[in-house]
Amino acid sequence: MSDTLRPTDSQSLQQGQPLLARIKRRSFFMYAGATAGATALALAGCSKDETTPSSSTSGNVSFGTGDASVLNYAYALEQLEAAFYAKVAALTTSPLQPAEVPYFAKMALHEAIHRDFLRTAINRDFSGNIIPDLTPKFDSIDFTKRVKAATDTKLGILDAAKAFEDLGVAAYNGAAKLFKSAVYLGIAGQIVSVEARHAAYVRDLITPGSFATNEGTDVLGFDRQMTPAAVLTVAQAFVEQTLNGSTIGQ
Amino acid sequence: MNFFNIIDLLAEADPDVLDRFSSRRAVFSSLGTVAQRAALATSPLFLGALFQKAYAGTASLPTDILNYALTLELLEADFYRQFLAAGQIPAGAATDAITVIKTHEDVHVDYLHKAVIAAGGTPVTGSATAGIRFNPSLLPATYADQLKYAQVLEDTGVRAYKGRAAELIGTDLLTPVLQIHSIEARHAAHIRTMRGQQPWVSLGDDLAADASYKAAYTSGVASSTKTVMALGGTTYGIPSYNPARPSPPESNLQQGAAGTKPAVLITTGIGSITYTADDAAAAFDEPLQAAEVLDSSRAGGLLA
Repeated sequence: MSDTLRPTDSQSLQQGQPLLARIKRRSFFMYAGATAGATALALAGCSKDETTPSSSTSGNVSFGTGDASVLNYAYALEQLEAAFYAKVAALTTSPLQPAEVPYFAKMALHEAIHRDFLRTAINRDFSGNIIPDLTPKFDSIDFTKRVKAATDTKLGILDAAKAFEDLGVAAYNGAAKLFKSAVYLGIAGQIVSVEARHAAYVRDLITPGSFATNEGTDVLGFDRQMTPAAVLTVAQAFVEQTLNGSTIGQ
Repeated sequence: MNFFNIIDLLAEADPDVLDRFSSRRAVFSSLGTVAQRAALATSPLFLGALFQKAYAGTASLPTDILNYALTLELLEADFYRQFLAAGQIPAGAATDAITVIKTHEDVHVDYLHKAVIAAGGTPVTGSATAGIRFNPSLLPATYADQLKYAQVLEDTGVRAYKGRAAELIGTDLLTPVLQIHSIEARHAAHIRTMRGQQPWVSLGDDLAADASYKAAYTSGVASSTKTVMALGGTTYGIPSYNPARPSPPESNLQQGAAGTKPAVLITTGIGSITYTADDAAAAFDEPLQAAEVLDSSRAGGLLA
């Protein structure tokens, strides 16, 4: 239901009902109390296509539309993070420092919880619309290196962890406005601050004191926010399937 | 006839309309099948009742939410001013980190101050001697104890922003406010690391077991039901506190209640793997309502 509870763009509003499209807040409150006014509103409601979730084919992952698509988007990123940390946690010989190993094990579990929770929530609230399990592709990460050397072409574990966590934070921050439901926005908010804690911890391991340092075009005092398209361009390098996020939030 | 088109039209007049409905999902859930809803939606009585329900207890204005955030940022900024001025922070990395955080809080104050004005409101103000500021008599003598207040303020800030984000759905303020929210979480993680604590909320957190600080991590309790805050030279509204529905504690293990659908137990309810309570609690930060944050047991008690 919530998929259709969304504002259309201004163009379609203009094409719809110009008279009622100009309804002002004050007059709306009158309608809220007056059932006679509600009749006029009911008459104004004309046909509009329901959104249909996209289906995914083998090798091509579509995220669907509406809140389900934004949850699927988060689920995709959490799948990647969880797979990465699980691989780090399973290393028989870790290049991480001894004090870092238990914290990375903790982060692996946090991300696994995010992944499993989102899968549970999507299956509960949007049955049949969940994206498939992603196949991670970590060939650009050297799991024998803690941090990459200047001459290395592959990322070390800390470099990759920082990239995933910062990307996750920027993704949640940028996608929040796509949610229609306060419930899912709330859940995303509960997860994103944990990702930010992870990001700060990993950044401090690479460069002490860099927990919230600006990089590139970052604005001082504000964390990054990225559109799904920008995030998936980065994430695509770590996934075998082709990610099609063009309908996320629509 | 599709009454969702009505919602679309209303969204232009009232950007918050979607939030009003989505936060009252039970209204829809209680109506049965799509066909039943469509039939009911043709009834003027139904629509009138629905809109009345959606607009009951109309949410705070954006200026109210911004002034609330500004209150907390002014408190944080003034705390860090006093923290640095007290001269107890070790030179080098610790002083550098606190200075960075102080700078961020000053940026947040400046941004929110301007945002309140841009939204047509009067911003709350504070200085070292008047208005919204950290009560100097509460600043501990030692660096270690001063850092405890920093952790409490940051962790509370994270909970506070989380608690108001839903009210900003459909406004341009949602994204920048969330960009501040996650920076506060980075601050909290760093200060926790400086204190030898885990960067994320843990059931083993020392302050969660310390009577002087633990209110920051408990379920929400507010002793006051007032809905108008007179602070920093102006007044702003906050949502009325509902004592029947306090915010969960940071040790909460259940997430994702949606309308009539119950929350999921993270430890055993999300797959074949069983997770520990510590990991389940750490994986999700919890919100606080405005009245809970401004309660005298939490940030409200730190105001001068």
